[in-house]
Amino acid sequence: MKVAGLLVMPAGFFLALAALVLFPDPARRSAFILCGLAVECLGLVVTVRAHIPARGASRP
Amino acid sequence: MTDAELALTLALLMVAPLAIAGVALINTGLGRARSGAQTLLGNLALAAVAMVVFVFVGASFAGTLGNSEIVLHAAGKPWGVLGLGPFLLRGISSASPHAQLGLLFEFLAVAMVAIIPWGSGADRWRLAGGSAAAVALAGIAFPVASHWIWNGGWLAQLGANFSLGAGFLDAGGAGVVHLLGGLSALVVVWIAGPRRGKFPKEGLSTAIPGHSAVYVLFGCTVALVGWLAWNAAGAILWLHAPLAQLPVTAINTLLSASGALVTTFSVTRFRFGKPDASLCANGWLAGLVASSACAAIVSPAASLFIGGLAGVFTPLLVELLELALSIDDPSGAITVHGVAGLWGLLAAGLFSAAPGQLLAQLVGIAALLGLMLPLIYLLFAVLNRIVPFRVDPDGERIGMDLHELGGGAYPEFVIHRDESYR
Repeated sequence: MKVAGLLVMPAGFFLALAALVLFPDPARRSAFILCGLAVECLGLVVTVRAHIPARGASRP
Repeated sequence: MTDAELALTLALLMVAPLAIAGVALINTGLGRARSGAQTLLGNLALAAVAMVVFVFVGASFAGTLGNSEIVLHAAGKPWGVLGLGPFLLRGISSASPHAQLGLLFEFLAVAMVAIIPWGSGADRWRLAGGSAAAVALAGIAFPVASHWIWNGGWLAQLGANFSLGAGFLDAGGAGVVHLLGGLSALVVVWIAGPRRGKFPKEGLSTAIPGHSAVYVLFGCTVALVGWLAWNAAGAILWLHAPLAQLPVTAINTLLSASGALVTTFSVTRFRFGKPDASLCANGWLAGLVASSACAAIVSPAASLFIGGLAGVFTPLLVELLELALSIDDPSGAITVHGVAGLWGLLAAGLFSAAPGQLLAQLVGIAALLGLMLPLIYLLFAVLNRIVPFRVDPDGERIGMDLHELGGGAYPEFVIHRDESYR
């Protein structure tokens, strides 16, 4: 899950980048850039959750 | 640049290292007494390593001297992705004074980037591991971000190429320095893991208070002086701000920090019954970090609001990271530098009157967050295999000072038995 989350984050960035290039219309461009950021946040949440040690697990 | 602007910028850059000194003091004070010398030495060592690596390769990729760059062409627009300046600063004496001052600014910035995660890894991160991380940050991550944002790369050109305001704005380094440092801190905490006894198998996390509130709060005062100079120098260098705009930039920096302290003081007073010194210090620093992106371009009222909001979310987020996400971040750098830096970048767009500026800021945030975090994670994970970040359990038990340096910061103190091992 750590790797999956980290891989999703660049995907969000490329979505934002594609919006910049493909949509000259400000409204559509803004919407897709926000979608890109949302995907990045999703990736970050997955990565963060994957790093939370399980309850009762052996901790240092 | 006029001669007066050159002289003033140079003078400001002579004072700006106080920001680094302040952060170093805060990092040290928030760690344990038995790691005090190692932490403070680590701040110096990491800054030095970062600057050495930057002169060898980083400055070339940052492209500050402006010789050439790798440019991709897509959608009919040029995208500057990486600088290709001379290695070892060859030809610097014939570069323009503006480029030379920009380079000096970047040396300070790369030192700051290197020491930000050091506080998060306090009490368990080895000097060798920290130095390896500094090499990766100064040689790869920082130069790329610096070129994109400060040296005419694709983020700086968003205004010219896509009519997005004035392009991505980050005069004081909220993104290039603090967001990058905060993301590095998060990765270090993930890789090194929490301190022994921080999260026992049963019950809540153990409080491990910093060993010197005096260092921490004095560090805040020192950092303020450095930040005033840092933001003013950044405004001249990267925004080409006239001298007449500098007093407002300084006032905005002060207001952001003050607003943040007032709100953190109030929030901790409300939450815990008494104001918390270390969280108030974190709030003050978060206000300064947030001001880095926008002090030169927003109004004083907006600055007060930006700092005030940073002061509200800082103590809450520090608590959330520790209690809900089991993230052991002794210096609070993830929140203070990472999240507050991100907020500053966003606020620079929110409070700008230029059309498209908010979108430019969002694209910049997407680039830093979406590319830099995975890149730093990859670099640090590889480095951790070669130079293990975490000290062995015995080293952590006796303290980093004795383990790594052979002597403590306070030799006349008696180091008591660790009560937190449960």
